[in-house]
Amino acid sequence: MELFTNQVLAGIATGAIYACMALAVVMIYQAIDHLNFAQGEMAMFSTFIAWQLMQWGVPYWGAFLLTLVFSFCGGIAIERLLFKPLAKAPILTNVAGFIALYAIINSSAGLIWDFTIKQFPTPFGSSPFLGSQLISTHQAGMIGVTLVLLVLLFFFFRFTRMGLAMRAAASLPESARLVGINTSWMIALGWGMAAAIGSIAGMMIAPVVFLEPNMMLGVLIYGFAAAVLGGLTSPFGAVIGGFLVGIFENLAGTYIPGIGNELKLPIALALIITVLVVKPAGLFGRPIVKRV
Amino acid sequence: MSTVQEVVTEAAVVEAVPKKAMTLGYGTSLVMLALLILVPLFVKNFVIFQLTMLLIYALAVLALNILTGGSGQFSLGQSAFYAVGAYTSAILMEHAGINYAVTLPIAGVICFGFGFLFGQPALRLSGVYLALATFALATAMPQLLKLGYFEYWTGGVQGLVVTKPDAPFGLPMSQDMWLYYFTLAVSVAIYVFSVNLLKSRSGRAFMAIRDNEIAASAMGIDVALYKTLAFGVSAGITGVAGALGAIAVQFVAPDSYTITLAISLFLGMVVGGVGWLPGSIVGSAFIIFVPNIAEGISKGLSGAVFGVLLFLVIFLVPHGARQVAMVAQQLIGKLRKN
Amino acid sequence: MTRMLNVKDLRAYYGQVQALHGLEFGLNEGSLTTLLGANGAGKTTTLRAICNMVRTTGSIEFDGNAITGRSTENIVRLGIAHVPQGRGTFTTMTVEENLQLGSITRGDKAGIVSDIERMYDHFPVLKQRHTQQAGTLSGGEQQMLAVARALMLRPRLMLLDEPSFGLAPLIVRDLFRILGKINREDKVTILVVEQNAQLALELADQAYVIETGRIVMSGSATEIANNEDVRKSYLGY
Repeated sequence: MELFTNQVLAGIATGAIYACMALAVVMIYQAIDHLNFAQGEMAMFSTFIAWQLMQWGVPYWGAFLLTLVFSFCGGIAIERLLFKPLAKAPILTNVAGFIALYAIINSSAGLIWDFTIKQFPTPFGSSPFLGSQLISTHQAGMIGVTLVLLVLLFFFFRFTRMGLAMRAAASLPESARLVGINTSWMIALGWGMAAAIGSIAGMMIAPVVFLEPNMMLGVLIYGFAAAVLGGLTSPFGAVIGGFLVGIFENLAGTYIPGIGNELKLPIALALIITVLVVKPAGLFGRPIVKRV
Repeated sequence: MSTVQEVVTEAAVVEAVPKKAMTLGYGTSLVMLALLILVPLFVKNFVIFQLTMLLIYALAVLALNILTGGSGQFSLGQSAFYAVGAYTSAILMEHAGINYAVTLPIAGVICFGFGFLFGQPALRLSGVYLALATFALATAMPQLLKLGYFEYWTGGVQGLVVTKPDAPFGLPMSQDMWLYYFTLAVSVAIYVFSVNLLKSRSGRAFMAIRDNEIAASAMGIDVALYKTLAFGVSAGITGVAGALGAIAVQFVAPDSYTITLAISLFLGMVVGGVGWLPGSIVGSAFIIFVPNIAEGISKGLSGAVFGVLLFLVIFLVPHGARQVAMVAQQLIGKLRKN
Repeated sequence: MTRMLNVKDLRAYYGQVQALHGLEFGLNEGSLTTLLGANGAGKTTTLRAICNMVRTTGSIEFDGNAITGRSTENIVRLGIAHVPQGRGTFTTMTVEENLQLGSITRGDKAGIVSDIERMYDHFPVLKQRHTQQAGTLSGGEQQMLAVARALMLRPRLMLLDEPSFGLAPLIVRDLFRILGKINREDKVTILVVEQNAQLALELADQAYVIETGRIVMSGSATEIANNEDVRKSYLGY
């Protein structure tokens, strides 16, 4: 029993990573109604920017803020330059675009900063949290940051005019235009916000998984899975989904025999898909009634 | 939580391709066939090998076209079926001494079954959810192939070496050339089969499901049957392609069949034109040759160059090679009028 | 009386199919005009064309300025509110959020708050349900919400596409009475597209009849209502 509780707690700790990423995923889904495969790479690139700023002597929080701003602008720039022209193209073509973006960012990061692992600092220190061996102060800090982000997003969507406009644009674009909302810019804004959230996720994750160009792929997949599990329309669901995915992953690794590290990912995905077969809109998603 | 359900008149994930546009005219097809038959007579063995791989990947892209362009189901998992086909062939040849040609239909049938079975749970998923599920399948496959339980059969991490067959009846051609024509014959047969499948009642059922699943079901189409059938056929063809690939490359190993292959096949389908069967060969050419071109342009940034080239293609022709063909057709039509 | 909206030689296309064939009509400021026609005649297309939601050629002028090239949201910001077919309510948002969305382009917070109160005066049922999700409202209530949302823009011109569709006759009478009130008291120019010719002609002062993408008849509402052909084709007697 103690092993079980320990694994669950450890799962929550790692799950914070996925929860953070899942928030960025939900953000982009709200804006563009699909998943962006390059989001992990964008987060990775932002984290490298932060690292580079710190190498040049900028203190942590300064680098953090500059990276946030850079990521926000970068997300908007990428959308305006690369995906606005594809707005009328079929969805699958857009997906090919995401894959192309992934390749470009991953390769560029590899060239600029090479593939050796780098240390990334944490503002929370890495001593045991409240004396517990399972959760470090950094992981606790990460959970805290994720929860703060969640609350901020909730307030943004529910209580601000911009948030209302974005929800309207995502929900019924044509009606949104008929109240004067520039739906095209709402999409750009969604990208910017998703990129900013992604950069926070990257900067929280890097101290744990170490900074290198391929650090985000596994995280992104788990992030997708967490967002889908939670229900793609619910930031709250994304966070819960993230923690659940972390727990699944740990329990699967501990209790299912023969599963080394390599099979953890497909097993976690399989579990999530099983949930989806039962609850197609995810745990907290709004059930979507499809009409002819 | 909200009580109101969001009512969605969902745009089809995959856009409908008008039936007429799904294949080439007879004249163009014959010209293509003639080219495919004659070109290998004039080139070196290595180029013949590349052409063989071109046909093999074209088959895999074709299979994906049937699944996605035909029945509207999004799959990022084709590499799993390709791997099963490849390993089936390798195991039958190396452990049971079965003739290479015979392994193809066996691989096809096994993969058909595998795809049909996978199609069952996939019935409840669509769009991004199905993408995730197929993605999971693709990532799992290399790991499953490395598992200790199967090592005797699969050769574990190192895989199996496959013997390349000689030309039969003592024909005076190299192994590569024989394999090319063998592959060509199989490809043409499968292409003709696929074209007819899409024109048939089943094909129309697929397309009805792709365009509007609810309406299709209301019309009496057994959606579950046809969706799993589409998965099965697609997996079967991919399996045959995998088997051919195993023979051509002369070995099978788990890391040859990763998610990268599945993503490449997806890109091949998009570049060729989703749902346009003849485009499969264009897509195949893209995924075989463009990465090499990218590496030639810049070794350090080969991924970035590939991404840029891909963007160029999708900006210029968002509907893939099909768009190029339609424009060409219109131009020829205009020229004919004058 | 000034011509608020002037449409000349308007052609509209859905892909390769042409839906409007050289439409010509105008709206005077302050008028309440109805556009009548059978199914498929081009009524909805006309409204969509005004808001640039469909590909067009020809000229559309609002207050003397051409609006054909502008994006839908920019046309709306000029003061043209469009209540589309099917109402276009944001079903997953509350009644009050829908009203707030109607005024999302305005900057005057106080004005918005007082306007919301005015909407609740016009449509008391909305006040009752103001925290409910719009999707839980009945058809008639959603139509009222759609009209209220359009009014939150403080439009100079309001376009309504078949507001009576699917509603019980008593509710339609109520709705039309409110539309008349809005036209007279708030000085909002209104263009109503309707299949229910009888009620529309009772409400309006001007009328046009459209057939297969062309205006075939125009005049005051009374003239049109008394016209022999109109009575036979659209009024049933």
